[in-house]
Amino acid sequence: MNLKDKLLSSYLAFQENLNVDNGLHDIRDKAFKHFEEKGFPTKKEEAWKYTSLNSIVKNDFSLFPHKEDTIEFKDVKKYFLHDIDTYKIVFIDGIYSSYLSETTHDGVDICLLSSALTKSKYKPVIDVYYNKIAKEDSLTSLNTAFAKEGAYIYIPKSKAPSKPIQIIHLATGNEASLMLQPRNLIVVEENSEVQIIERHQSLTDNPVFTNSVTEIYAGKRAIVDYYKIQNDKENATLIDNTHIDQQRESETSVHTFSFGGKLTRNNLNFYQNGERINSILKGVTIIEDKQHVDHNTLVHHKQPNCESHQDYKGIFDASSTGVFNGKVVVDRIAQKINAYQSNNNILVSDKASINSKPQLEIFADDVRCSHGCTIGQLDESALFYMRTRGIGKKEARALLMYAFANNVLESVKIPQLKARINKLIANKIGVQIGFDV
Amino acid sequence: MLEVKNLNAGIEGKKILKGINLKVNAGEVHAIMGPNGSGKSTLSSVIAGKEEYEASKGDILFDGESIIEMDAEDRAHKGIFLSFQYPVEIPGVSVTNFIKTAINETRKAKGLEDMPASEMLKLIREKSELLEIDRKFLSRSLNEGFSGGEKKRNEIFQMAMLEPKLAILDETDSGLDIDALRIVANGVNKLRTADNAVLVITHYQRLLEYIVPDFVHVMVDGKIVKSGGKELAYELEEKGYDWVKAEMTA
Repeated sequence: MNLKDKLLSSYLAFQENLNVDNGLHDIRDKAFKHFEEKGFPTKKEEAWKYTSLNSIVKNDFSLFPHKEDTIEFKDVKKYFLHDIDTYKIVFIDGIYSSYLSETTHDGVDICLLSSALTKSKYKPVIDVYYNKIAKEDSLTSLNTAFAKEGAYIYIPKSKAPSKPIQIIHLATGNEASLMLQPRNLIVVEENSEVQIIERHQSLTDNPVFTNSVTEIYAGKRAIVDYYKIQNDKENATLIDNTHIDQQRESETSVHTFSFGGKLTRNNLNFYQNGERINSILKGVTIIEDKQHVDHNTLVHHKQPNCESHQDYKGIFDASSTGVFNGKVVVDRIAQKINAYQSNNNILVSDKASINSKPQLEIFADDVRCSHGCTIGQLDESALFYMRTRGIGKKEARALLMYAFANNVLESVKIPQLKARINKLIANKIGVQIGFDV
Repeated sequence: MLEVKNLNAGIEGKKILKGINLKVNAGEVHAIMGPNGSGKSTLSSVIAGKEEYEASKGDILFDGESIIEMDAEDRAHKGIFLSFQYPVEIPGVSVTNFIKTAINETRKAKGLEDMPASEMLKLIREKSELLEIDRKFLSRSLNEGFSGGEKKRNEIFQMAMLEPKLAILDETDSGLDIDALRIVANGVNKLRTADNAVLVITHYQRLLEYIVPDFVHVMVDGKIVKSGGKELAYELEEKGYDWVKAEMTA
């Protein structure tokens, strides 16, 4: 049975076992129907031209893991940002792990989506925001149909949690192969702030397929910083669907660090629903072997006087492949928009490839939109300069790659995270230097 | 220390150096002067090991050993340093990180351990003071957005850190105001010992007032056409390169 058929046949039983209100049932049924019609995206669709899910959807994934597993913190500590205090929402095979987590209801809600979906006190927020920001596409719909667990973060007006929040998904490999569909809802009301780090990590070589959906609502003047660390094992496939609704004068940044995994697809969608909004999309991709990373971004400027900044860098070694598809839409009323997009890539090996495509749809006349894309090798004159200082060819190349990727880190606001990513990049590239950050 | 023997070299089939002979001993300062396009910078690049240039004839010996087939980094490890006319900008690598890497790579090549951090810091402090370099400057990206003077000072700072046997200063005076020139020259002079040597490549005599050469060579059209003491530099300044060219054809 292929994965779609399996999902279709599992849905009814899944739905009956859930204890949620009828409104949610309707949302699920509608989403399920949509997925049933559309199915998994294929290469025939323009947005999936360079990324194929064929080999993945052939797998017989378990949809509902049975065994609950316990993991010692010391065994997974390295996947956490552990040198600062953080709130933690941790899932093992999709199931909430209370002993690895640290949640709160003190002025803000940092907890589980399963509670938010079932307890009446969260209903007002769920009714307004849940599945409202996400756009309808087949993978998001699939998630909506099956989603029951994930992070729920609600920051009311003029609040900021005292520390960053980590959302961590661990896959034990207890199931021969596992499909996970986490769902996060993050609502940040006006004048509030939050910093979130998300990571998916499989602990064995058993295949994991994650189809994740995150909805983020950034209210008036809210500041949201979201960091995604994608450094998973060779067996892990991640489809990350993130939908962001920004209100006036809000600032939201998403940094995506893609250093591993078999196939990673980031569908990152920003909707600017007010004036003087700033949206920041940054990414560093460093991959090798046969890894594949696809960044599919959308920034929809719907109101005047806003900005968006996209800066994606990629280093591709061996037979790895990359895709960057950056779409910017500027509505007719959205005058005085500044939209920047740049995508720079280095192909280290002859067999590596990148498909980079900017897509601008501009209906306003008074806008500044720029886009640039480069695909190249390392700068020979810089290499010679370094070699005359005694830095060997290999090290010089590594240092140049490090420098190329590293400047995306400047906008990372959590110093310990910046140091951590910096180290990950240095290790990935093979720069063995005591770097100061 | 350095011996260039009948060196013929060029790029993409074009001959630039046409039989250069040059001998530099420890403790000496040599100046190579010449008009634009005479091949001065090519000579420095070939000695430093730039691969784009092809040596068709002749040899380069360093401490008696032929280095002409050697990689640039191996020549650096042996003690050859080239101060660039146009130092390359490397965004994302700070001056400190760069020099640390260069020193430790050189030590590694000699079978030594990395320099302890405290020693490195002390050395950086000492040498940056010598070149009147602000500490803040050291955390900036290498050469990125540096003024002409800052770039050259940074070159000599790296030279001071690496302590080469042979320093080749390629047009180090270009783009420098008089204060920066004095600082740079002062730095070079303080680094001079009986065991190292300096090869100054320059178009003008100006720098040679500060870094006084023992020998001056005039290069025209890929050849050294005249050699002499420091007074040759003054003569050139006064009479211009046409004088040498006229002498050649006479």
